[in-house]
Amino acid sequence: MASSLARPPNVLPGFGLSLGFALTYLSLIVLIPLSAVFIKTASLSFDGFWSAVASPRVVASYRISFGMSLLAAAINAVFGLMLSWSLVRYSFPGRRIVDALIDLPFAMPTAVAGIALTALYSQNGWIGQYLEPLGIKIAFTPLGVLVALIFIGLPFVVRTVQPVLQDLDTDIEEAAATLGANRLQTFMRVVLPTLTPAILTGFALAFARAVGEYGSVIFIAGNIPMVSEITPLLIITKLEQYDYAGATAIAAVMLTVSFILLLIINALQAWTNRRSGREA
Amino acid sequence: MAGASQGLLTAGNRRGSRYEINSATRDPAWIKWLVLGLSLSFFVLFLLVPLIAVFVEALRKGWDAYVAAIIEPDALAAIRLTLIAAGIAVPLNLVFGVSAAWAIAKFDFPGKHFLITLIDLPFSVSPVVAGLIYVLVFGSHGWFGPWLSEYDIKIIFAVPGIVLATIFVTFPFIARELIPLMQTQGRDEEEAAIVLGASGWQTFWHVTLPNIKWALIYGVILCNARAMGEFGAVSVVSGHIRGETNTMPLHVEILYNEYQFTAAFAVASLLALLALVTLAIKTYVEWRASREPNEVFEE
Repeated sequence: MASSLARPPNVLPGFGLSLGFALTYLSLIVLIPLSAVFIKTASLSFDGFWSAVASPRVVASYRISFGMSLLAAAINAVFGLMLSWSLVRYSFPGRRIVDALIDLPFAMPTAVAGIALTALYSQNGWIGQYLEPLGIKIAFTPLGVLVALIFIGLPFVVRTVQPVLQDLDTDIEEAAATLGANRLQTFMRVVLPTLTPAILTGFALAFARAVGEYGSVIFIAGNIPMVSEITPLLIITKLEQYDYAGATAIAAVMLTVSFILLLIINALQAWTNRRSGREA
Repeated sequence: MAGASQGLLTAGNRRGSRYEINSATRDPAWIKWLVLGLSLSFFVLFLLVPLIAVFVEALRKGWDAYVAAIIEPDALAAIRLTLIAAGIAVPLNLVFGVSAAWAIAKFDFPGKHFLITLIDLPFSVSPVVAGLIYVLVFGSHGWFGPWLSEYDIKIIFAVPGIVLATIFVTFPFIARELIPLMQTQGRDEEEAAIVLGASGWQTFWHVTLPNIKWALIYGVILCNARAMGEFGAVSVVSGHIRGETNTMPLHVEILYNEYQFTAAFAVASLLALLALVTLAIKTYVEWRASREPNEVFEE
């Protein structure tokens, strides 16, 4: 019987109950409410939809949201790689504390991060007062948006690169060294290609999170229309003006972007797992 | 967020120096100090200083002003509402997480991968959109708006809306910790228990639960931290009625916008403490789980 090729029938109970509950709860909390955005958007005329999602103020907010999210994710990719390299490869005092605190942006409420960053980077803030004489203004400019998005995206690249770096066999680096490669060549041609999928996954995760971010940004951004106003804030502004159609149309655009990013991230994660020889 | 919580358990190893002993993996000293210097400066500037700033600003006017800001009635009402919202959202998402993981890990059915993707969906939705969808369904102009107002039931700009928005944003936390772990563990142990005559619930309590307890705690504390700290989604559905529909993060915003900076940072410091406690428990759980043979956190 043990050698039978067909799988024996599953004797465990509770399939109907557990799957039934999970599907019902998923539908009620997530799927049906999310579908409301597309159903409501579909009831708009094309002109109504277009004027809501392509007015100059909304387009300016896409530029800020997507532009600053890309820039923040890129900065986090570079420094995230260096941070994970430091945590895995070097020993230094306080390494464990740094390692534990990397996740702070996941655990710290966004509003708290927002007011703390504003206090630091405003004109007379801890850091802002030294930048002011240099002519650099961060709070209440697009740079403020960037600082907040760097904060909330910081853990993603570290937490995707770190495990891959840890599992990386040192054999290939030893082989490269034996064959006469210097350290830079080894890093660029041997180590970096292995880490690339993980870096890109972390970059995409940080970008996806940054595009939708609201709480940490609104305090430090100053929210000046056309200059430092992010797209999620425009949804709230339209809601407060009882422009439900306009708010929903912008939300439909953002949701579509989120779905596309989700697909890209899933593909990147599959690539990361294949490249680093882990099971999917 | 997907993937970010994976593989954390291997983070705290002691191999840091192993690479530096081996000449093939040792970086030149100047590179080591450059990379360490740049990455740690980045860490200090963007993570450590903001964290310290919260506590320094909170205590700027002394301990008495700090305590006064926290025991003020509106602040206490906000703390109470935050505890209520998390107290409902976390247990519901826990039951969901366990059911979904049981169905997905212990049984074979078509569409499993698609279901896992759908469970992750709330992570990729902007918190503002998460709030908006409930306004579209339950708001006065929404699908059920006229029916709800006929029976005088308030969901939007009231506590139920806040609870719903909190459930949405914390939806995947527990499920996504349990699913990969229970898939790795398979169903051999449960099958043995059933064949030996245990009931389904006995099997779950005595066989499954001990195997997943650390992942469960891990998911619950992360879920709780997000539930208590959520701002965007709750902000959309709250209506910002002082003492009634303000959670702690919303109370922080109101105080801050009224230029009561010290009071705002005082309430914010409670949330920052919660974040630190969450990270401490998380680190402990990772350490414990890495010592248990049965529980492999990584996918």
